[in-house]
Amino acid sequence: MAKVSKKKVSRKSVRKSSTVTEKIAEVKPDVVYDDGDDEFLSKEDGNISSEEEEEEEEEDGGGKDERKRQKLLEAISALGGKRQKKLGERSEAAVLMSEFTVNAEGEGDKIDLSDLIGSMEKTSAVPAKTKKQLKNLQHSNKTIECPLSKQESERIQRDVAFRKASTEVTRWKDIIKQNQRAEQLVFPLDKEPTGPRPMERMVTGWKAQTPLEQEIFALLSANKQPINDPILTPAEEASMRAMSLEEAKIRRAELQKARALQSYYEAKTRRERKIKSKKYHKVQNKAKRKEFLKKFEEMVKTDPAAALEELSKIELARMQERMSLKHQNSGKWAKSKVIMAKYDEGARKAMQQQLEVNKELTQKLVTALNKEEEEEEEAVDEEVLPDFVNDAEQGLHCSNPWMRGKLSEDPAEKELSENMDLITEGPGAVGNPAEEEEEEEEVVETEEETLLREFDSRRKRRQAHEAVTAPVPEEEEPQVPDQEEEEEPQVPDQEEEEEPQVPDQEEEELSEFTSLFQGIADSSREAEMPEGAADTNPSAQLEEGLVRVRTLEDMELLSQPAPATEQLPSVAPQADTTRKRKRGIELKEVLTKETKVIKVPLAPTMEDTEDSEDKLDQRGLIKEAFAGDDVVADFLKDKRKQEDAAKPQVVDLTLPGWGEWGGTNLKPSRNKRRRFRIKTAPPPPRRDQCLPSIIMSEKRNSSISLHQVNSLPFPFQNHAQFESTIRAPLGRTWNTEQTVRKISKPKVVTQLGAIIEPMSREELLKDKKQVSAGSTSHVDSWKRKR
Amino acid sequence: MAATSEAVVNPAHVETTKKPPARYWDELQDGKDDNKVGKDGEQTGETLPQKHVEKAKKRKNDEDRGDAKKFISGKPDPFPGPAHISKDRMQKFKRRDKTKKIPRQHYKLKDMMARSDEVSEMAQKQAARIDLLLPEDAGFLEGDEDEDTCTISQEDISDAVDITSASKYFDLKLSQFGPYRLDYSRTGRHLLLGGRRGHIACIDWQTKRLMCEINVMESINDVKWLHSEAMYAVAQKKWLYIYDSNGIELHCIRKFNDVLRMQFLPYHFLLATVSATSFLQYLDVSVGKEVAAINTKTGRLDVMCQNPQNAIVHLGHSNGTVTLWSPNQKEALVKMLCHQGAVRSVAVDKTGTYMVTSGMDKKLKVYDIRAFKPLKSYFLPAGASCLSLSQRGLLSAATGDIVQVYRDVWSTPVTKPYMAHRVQRTVWGMHFCPFEDVLGVGHGEGFTSMLIPGAGEPNFDGLDSNPYRSAKQRQEWEVKALLEKIHPELITLDPTELGQVDQATSQQKHQDRVQALGFDPLAKEKFIPRYKKKGRSSAGSIERRKRQVANEDLRETVQQSSEDKMKIEKERKEREKKEVLLSSKKSALDRFKK
Repeated sequence: MAKVSKKKVSRKSVRKSSTVTEKIAEVKPDVVYDDGDDEFLSKEDGNISSEEEEEEEEEDGGGKDERKRQKLLEAISALGGKRQKKLGERSEAAVLMSEFTVNAEGEGDKIDLSDLIGSMEKTSAVPAKTKKQLKNLQHSNKTIECPLSKQESERIQRDVAFRKASTEVTRWKDIIKQNQRAEQLVFPLDKEPTGPRPMERMVTGWKAQTPLEQEIFALLSANKQPINDPILTPAEEASMRAMSLEEAKIRRAELQKARALQSYYEAKTRRERKIKSKKYHKVQNKAKRKEFLKKFEEMVKTDPAAALEELSKIELARMQERMSLKHQNSGKWAKSKVIMAKYDEGARKAMQQQLEVNKELTQKLVTALNKEEEEEEEAVDEEVLPDFVNDAEQGLHCSNPWMRGKLSEDPAEKELSENMDLITEGPGAVGNPAEEEEEEEEVVETEEETLLREFDSRRKRRQAHEAVTAPVPEEEEPQVPDQEEEEEPQVPDQEEEEEPQVPDQEEEELSEFTSLFQGIADSSREAEMPEGAADTNPSAQLEEGLVRVRTLEDMELLSQPAPATEQLPSVAPQADTTRKRKRGIELKEVLTKETKVIKVPLAPTMEDTEDSEDKLDQRGLIKEAFAGDDVVADFLKDKRKQEDAAKPQVVDLTLPGWGEWGGTNLKPSRNKRRRFRIKTAPPPPRRDQCLPSIIMSEKRNSSISLHQVNSLPFPFQNHAQFESTIRAPLGRTWNTEQTVRKISKPKVVTQLGAIIEPMSREELLKDKKQVSAGSTSHVDSWKRKR
Repeated sequence: MAATSEAVVNPAHVETTKKPPARYWDELQDGKDDNKVGKDGEQTGETLPQKHVEKAKKRKNDEDRGDAKKFISGKPDPFPGPAHISKDRMQKFKRRDKTKKIPRQHYKLKDMMARSDEVSEMAQKQAARIDLLLPEDAGFLEGDEDEDTCTISQEDISDAVDITSASKYFDLKLSQFGPYRLDYSRTGRHLLLGGRRGHIACIDWQTKRLMCEINVMESINDVKWLHSEAMYAVAQKKWLYIYDSNGIELHCIRKFNDVLRMQFLPYHFLLATVSATSFLQYLDVSVGKEVAAINTKTGRLDVMCQNPQNAIVHLGHSNGTVTLWSPNQKEALVKMLCHQGAVRSVAVDKTGTYMVTSGMDKKLKVYDIRAFKPLKSYFLPAGASCLSLSQRGLLSAATGDIVQVYRDVWSTPVTKPYMAHRVQRTVWGMHFCPFEDVLGVGHGEGFTSMLIPGAGEPNFDGLDSNPYRSAKQRQEWEVKALLEKIHPELITLDPTELGQVDQATSQQKHQDRVQALGFDPLAKEKFIPRYKKKGRSSAGSIERRKRQVANEDLRETVQQSSEDKMKIEKERKEREKKEVLLSSKKSALDRFKK
């Protein structure tokens, strides 16, 4: 639009240049004002708009006259030639354009707040609050700051977003760090530990929530009844705690009796179970069945709920029987009997009996209760149901223990095989599962049973009592570990103090030793004479030989070891005074030690005849015999040679004739020679420098370096740390199985087939608690260790 | 349940005076806890003095009990906490020192160090605990007052001991085939005898069952069992032979000639031999390859022993020196001057700490070979021709026809032998039997098995060398041992060197590499100009071409270096820029940046 207007304006200005100048001059101040108004337009645009507005001002001022005049002008121009006409056509478009540029009156004016407020007071719909706000605004002279540039605002937004995200992310930091540092991670992470959970956790985790529960708990606590482990009251505990010797004896006797009874009972049942006689079992079963039926009849009258349950059980068993065809002709036994039946009367009878059993089992039991129930079912709407029906869905669903709402019963008990027995057997199914089995088979020996049960309950009570009493003394005990903690840190401290001393001492000793050794060498050079006198021991002859062979150069060297072996005692006492503590083996001490002569009770009757047999190499023999002569000298020579070979050689790179005159008798100047002589740094001191009778090879063992670690792995800061961590062996040969397993524990363990879900937010919260708990426990364990 | 009642009963037992049975109403008031008494000892003042003493004792118990768990019975644990382990036992299994804590460590390092400390401590403790399962202890022969143990004859000993032990003292009269050398297998069950005149016999010496007996019709220098009792090596007149336990010749190794002495390194499966031609050779018996052949350049070699701890071979020479060798180095690791005369025999103890040498100068010297320092020196009137150290550190030395056994030659100065025995003729070979109190002596008249109380290690490691193993177990062990075979490259003077970080410079490493490969992989090949025809290969043009190539190379290097320099410069600038940005976050000119 701006472009269009620009065209128009320029045209107009060209046209009007002569006629409208005064008017422009007149309007000018207004224009300036407008310019200031729309500041954020670009400069060019601003200029154009200002011009446009000039025109608009004119139009505003002139109103209709102006338009008329324009038309007139157009008409006049249309009267002209061809070219003018063209222009006229264009101007018509301009008229059309002007529709868009039409402005409301007073557009350029600034709207004052007071104008708005004036109207606000008139309208009643405006709430008082806004009114007040507006009034405040009116009074305040503050100008609103201009909005931030796009970049800056975006930057701020980014900043805020980053902060938000980082806080979100940092919440994970702890758990991530924990997982990273964990010795072993087992995925999936949230897996519950296998096995039964401890009772304490189950109990403490549970809270009375419903009003009924709360009421019950209030009652219990008011009567000082145990809540967590509902077996012993405090009073009972107290009485339990007090037990005299007699009581204890009595109880022990009781226990013994109980144990004996139990064992008898067990033995009896075992024996009974092992009886193979079919007849016996048949009679037994029949008796039981009769008993059961009798009881059931009774139960129908007394305890219809239990009876109903029994009934449902029977029903279930019947269903099973009908399904399984166990007592029909499908079994292995039955098939064999079928074959035999043709010829054998007994077999036929047996089959008959079997079928009878089947019939009996599949027969529907019609009792009073059953009938009642049916009737009731029909008349559900009219009559009020008995309470037990309301209890839970019983009847056919009784195989599901959760549906019955009786937690005390063992679900395993409901196994199908047992169901068969239950039809025929006792009413004990309602009772405690532990006692049930006993009761099932045994009706007569009620005394034993009751006794056993009593013992059982007592035992439970006692256990509970002990479980309660156990934590009591623990409160006092933490003092003891404290003491230990205090004591223990001292020990490692001492050790630590000692450790750094050791290398120091070694160094001291070494340096002392070298200085001492040099001192000896010096002194011995002066005291060559007494050396011969000192040679009184058996090797004297050898020493003599030695002197004879020595050259002047060797003398120097030899003077070192010889006194070391013979003359040290004179110097040693002095050194001893300076030495603080002896450690390891000292050369001077050892070499001065005189050889002990050993007395043997048996004198050798035979000389070493082995040598005489060695006729093959007599030359070697002779050599051996005279070998002792220059043994020491040879050795020293050898040692010196080795030392020299290890020394770095001075490389002379001087070239005669470069930079100076060269010739036959001309030597390069000293300065130059010095400049071109390359001296390398002396090698580290030889390992055998203080061991006169040892030559150690200084060659690097490159074969092992292939297997060594070349560079220090990441977290380690020095070699000693790394070396100490790999010092201990890992294998089964040196460690116990338990240790090996601990050492070679994998860092990450995943369960086969388990899905590893990404961590969820809930886990984060859960872990936070654990972490706090874990960290404290960790700290505890550390403390204890110290 | 029984425990409960006992708990209650017990205090009544302990008390000497009769007291009315405790009732709970009493207990609630004063004697609330008999267990607790230890802590408030003052309260017990009014009770009987006897009881006081008791309680003082109890308190002691209480204190070291710490956080002992209470039992269901309520009775305090009389032995709370883990069982005590004696300090020396712990010391025995100590593998490393505890690491020192450095104040500012990386958390990962801290974790790692703590974990490794914990593990090593656990390993040490458990090993010390399980050491309980090695109950056998060695004893020594002890004479009456003013009676030397060395005067007790073998007959007396064998009369005194049980039949089984007595049967271990015996003589084999084999006068025909000359002085015998011998070797016991690692388990100590089998004995190998090699007569100088070619007689070889393998004996299960405890049952006296002869496994094989042959005559090789050649002089024999040495015999040695290999890793198991199924094979043995015999150093014959010219070559080295390997036979199996039935006397069948398996190998004749021509590479090993004139062998005089042999040693078998069991964990490396190496047979080390020394020859009259001054060669030390290593044969890997598991693959049958010669690992190393070193010319020692020291003449005839007939004194040899191994250090069982680090598998270094010690050789004795005629110039009084003992040299130490590994298969990885062509020169001796250490050369020690031990004797004025020739060295006659060398022995190293099981722990690798001490070396005993005897020489022609009739001296017997004991060295600490960790520090290479002499410890003791003895003078034997006749000089020892043959030395052997037992597992428990007894030293046997043969002087002529007398075998002497010494105790503790390194710690206390010895003046007389622990035991002595005279055999018929000169001793030729001598070995202690592993895991038995027996010393086998081979001499001119055959073989004598002597009883030396306290010589053998009483506790054997069943997984390492089990004297009672069956054939099946032996097979299993063989497979395992082969799997765990140590590479000969790992033989070093200091066996812990493998666990150290190699601190060699890169130059040294490169040198090693060059040595291993035989050529320098990084070396640039020299430019040789191609021969061109038509007179273009004149000396001048060849030289020109050479120079051209050299110039190109030079240009390349210069370019490379300048580029590198530029890069470094650029990086430096960037870094500086960043630093500036970081250091002064808000400068006055910042507002002009957008």
